[in-house]
Amino acid sequence: MSFMSNSKKFIEEFGPIQLDVLKEIGNIGSGHAATSLSKLLQKKIEMNVPGVEVVDFDQVMDLAGGADKEVVSIFQRMEGEAPGSMFFLMPPFQAHHFVELMTNASEGFDNDAGMAVSALQELGNILSGAYLTALCDFTELDLQSTVPSISQDMVGAILSMGLVELSQVSDAAIVIKTSLTDRDGGEGGFLEGHFFLFPDPPSYQKIFSSLGVNEGD
Amino acid sequence: MIKEGQVVRIGIGDMGIVHPPHLIRTSGLGSCVGIVLYDDIKKLAGMAHIMLPEASLAKKQGLKRAKYADTAIEDLITALRGAGASSYRLKAKLAGGAQMFQFTSNSDMMRIGPRNVEAVKKNLQSLHIPILAADVGGKSGRTIEFNPETANLHIKKVNQGESVI
Repeated sequence: MSFMSNSKKFIEEFGPIQLDVLKEIGNIGSGHAATSLSKLLQKKIEMNVPGVEVVDFDQVMDLAGGADKEVVSIFQRMEGEAPGSMFFLMPPFQAHHFVELMTNASEGFDNDAGMAVSALQELGNILSGAYLTALCDFTELDLQSTVPSISQDMVGAILSMGLVELSQVSDAAIVIKTSLTDRDGGEGGFLEGHFFLFPDPPSYQKIFSSLGVNEGD
Repeated sequence: MIKEGQVVRIGIGDMGIVHPPHLIRTSGLGSCVGIVLYDDIKKLAGMAHIMLPEASLAKKQGLKRAKYADTAIEDLITALRGAGASSYRLKAKLAGGAQMFQFTSNSDMMRIGPRNVEAVKKNLQSLHIPILAADVGGKSGRTIEFNPETANLHIKKVNQGESVI
C-alpha cells in the first residue's frame, strides 16, 4: 500500500476519494452546527458548501483573512479515536454580535468579559457538539471535545496551534473549512463564522478506514 | 529615512535575509518563534519563523529546514556568511513563543511555545551567539519587523500597541 513509503509526503497520498470524504465530514458537521445555531438564536443560519483544500501553511492563514488579521477564536481539541483541533473563527464585531444575541445584552463584551467568554464558550460547545455528534454518527468513531478556549488575537498566532501536529509530518495542510451565515440580515447585519478542522495526522487513516475507504483508492 | 525600502515577508516555517534599506517581517507569531540574526557592521540580517524545537521531531524526511529551531539557525548562519557577514559578529533578537491556549490535556503540544524558546536559546548559546533582546512567552500573538540599519526589532501585539527592542 502506498502509505508504507515513509519518504512520500503525507498529504500528497490523498486522492479525490479521500478529499471527498473530508468534504463530506465538513458538510455533515457544519450542517448540524448550523441547525443548532438556528435553534439557539431563532434565526435562519445557512451553511456554505464546504471547501477542502490542500495548501501550504501560509495559505491556511490567507484562507482565514491573513496571518495579521485579528479574530475571535473558539478552539477545542477533539479527543478520542481520531484526535484533532477544531477552530471557530469570527471577526471581533461578529463575536460581539453573537454575545449580544445570546445574552440579550446591548453592551459589547468589554464591559463584562466574563459573561462574554461564557457565552462564547457556550457557543463553542453547541457548535462543536453538533459537529462532533454528526461526525461520530457518520464515522462511528468515539470522539469528545475539550472545554472551549477563547482567544482574541492574530489568525497566524491562533491557527498555527492547529498545525503543530501536522507540521511534524508535512509542509502542507488539508483545510476543511465551512462558513455559517445569517443571510436575512436583519437589524444587526449578518452573522458570519468559519470552522477549521485539522485532524491529527494519524486520525486521517482512522476516519478513512471507518468509512471503508483505503489509502491509495 | 528609509529610501525605497521594501519589506521582505517571511512565511510560517520560512527564512530569508535582508540588507538596508529593506526591512524584514513575519506576521502572526503565536507559539512560533521569530529569530533574527544580524551583523551590525555589515548591516545584514536574517530572520526565521520556526514552528518546532528540533528537526529530530520530524516524522518524515525532506521537510523544510527553516521550520525547526536547530536547522533554521544553522541555515541562517550559512546564508548570512554567504552574503558577507562574519559569524563571530552575529547577534540575535527573538520574539514569540507564546502559549496561546491553556489546556490540561495534551500538554506537550500546548507547551510548544516555551519549548521553542528554550530550543532557540540553547542552540544560540552553543554557537556563542549573544541574545541582545527578547520578547518571548506570554499569551499574545506578535508581528515583528527588523530594520538591519538600526538593528531595531519592532513588535506589534493585538490591543497592546507596538514596542521596540
